[in-house]
Amino acid sequence: MGKFFAVVLVIIAVASAYPIVMHQFPLPQDISTHGHLIDDQLNETMVEAGISFVGAQLVLAFFLWSFTGRKPGSALKNFPGGARVLVIFAFVIVGLEVLALGVMGQKAWANVYFSAPSADALQVQVQAEQFAFYFRYPGPDGKFGQIHPEKIDEGSQNYFGLDPENDVPARDDIVSGELVVPVNREVHLMMHGKDVGHSFYVRELRLQQDFVPGLDLSLHFTATKIGKYEIVCTQLCGLGHYNMKAYLNVMSQGDYDNWLKQQSQ
Amino acid sequence: MQMKRVVIAGVVVLAASALAVANPNPAGGTISGKVTYEGTPKKMKPIDMSKEPSCAKMYATPPTGESVVTGPGNVLQDVVVYISAGAPDDAAPSSAAVFTQKGCRYIPHVLAFQVNQELKIVNEDQTSHNIHPMPKLNREWNKSQPPGTPPISEKYDKAEFIPVKCNVHPWMHGNFAVLKNSHYAVTGESGSFTLPNLPPGKYTVTAWQEEYGDQSQEVTISGGETKTVTFVFKAKPY
Repeated sequence: MGKFFAVVLVIIAVASAYPIVMHQFPLPQDISTHGHLIDDQLNETMVEAGISFVGAQLVLAFFLWSFTGRKPGSALKNFPGGARVLVIFAFVIVGLEVLALGVMGQKAWANVYFSAPSADALQVQVQAEQFAFYFRYPGPDGKFGQIHPEKIDEGSQNYFGLDPENDVPARDDIVSGELVVPVNREVHLMMHGKDVGHSFYVRELRLQQDFVPGLDLSLHFTATKIGKYEIVCTQLCGLGHYNMKAYLNVMSQGDYDNWLKQQSQ
Repeated sequence: MQMKRVVIAGVVVLAASALAVANPNPAGGTISGKVTYEGTPKKMKPIDMSKEPSCAKMYATPPTGESVVTGPGNVLQDVVVYISAGAPDDAAPSSAAVFTQKGCRYIPHVLAFQVNQELKIVNEDQTSHNIHPMPKLNREWNKSQPPGTPPISEKYDKAEFIPVKCNVHPWMHGNFAVLKNSHYAVTGESGSFTLPNLPPGKYTVTAWQEEYGDQSQEVTISGGETKTVTFVFKAKPY
């Protein structure tokens, strides 16, 4: 019985590793300049975890095969050094593995979070609220108007709380439900949440950032492929969370300029 | 002597005909008029409904916001004109006031009805809505309404102007005008209103627009006449 189980174990281990090794899981297309770093990290993690997993299953199967059917009362071998050494050994092995992943992966993290956006990046403000994302562009004057939270009025589409009557830079601000960006241009997102926690996630950009109420967060990316991609909220924010999404529309520079001009009218 | 009788008879005939002319409608007088604006109203922006494709596909061009709706001749639509003083409270009619969610918008944008009158909320869309009126005097509630579910029935027991929003679709916006008597009208494309069946008395007519606030005028009705009242709101460009 034990030997049969050992064989089944090996079959399951190999069968589940096969699709991973053969790259049969499709990743969404990568349209970001830093996307390959994330994908590389994913692959490295898979390799490390895969080797440990298959190795552990094979060792387990070996011990099952060797020691099953032995007469009751026959000696079981202890781990050399006893329980303490076993624990230290496991600690060190797993610890080294996790440390290695962290060291190898730090570049992917640092590239997104520890590098400043370039000075000429396109500035866009993002506001997440129940249950929509809204995006604000500075408009032809290049300046964002002041936000007055007490003036927020959804009904008259003043989502950001602008005061164009008294605040001149706010008059030409463009507020859109769609994040429209030109291709191959660095975009600097300045993000804040209006009410509860939300999260901005574009899988093709390999970018995800929580909105924490009260914090102003900064994110930058460069999109490399024209197209329309989904921005979904990935932090449970209420009963409309299932429906909370917007679209990232990456356009050619010419189309983007036309869109901006159209919005300003 | 005969002269005096003729004169008295003549006066009586004149008075009777004068009364008859002045009271052609024994049911009461009417206040009617128009609501207009001066200046430049702000431009309504198109609504992006792309996150709700079942609604977005109902429009050839995206619809615009409705907080200020104008009509030809500088008139304002969706203005509630009502008698705010001088008329007694009326019992609520038995018919319901219907508020429909269609194409991810509220139809009508402003719904006027009476205190304790039944309010019926209908969802004609293929998506769930969560209607959330936001009163200050009445009890606040919000209700989820998946597609295909029966209408929601509610009522308000205090007179109030209540903004209405949808918790799922942030661009959806409407208004309830809960009024104390039956003398009210909401202006349409012509910007005009008519308040008939007013017994003689001194009335305060008030016009309310959701962005511009309200204005009042005093009108006295003495018989069956029609008095004309014009409201002019100052439009704000922003």
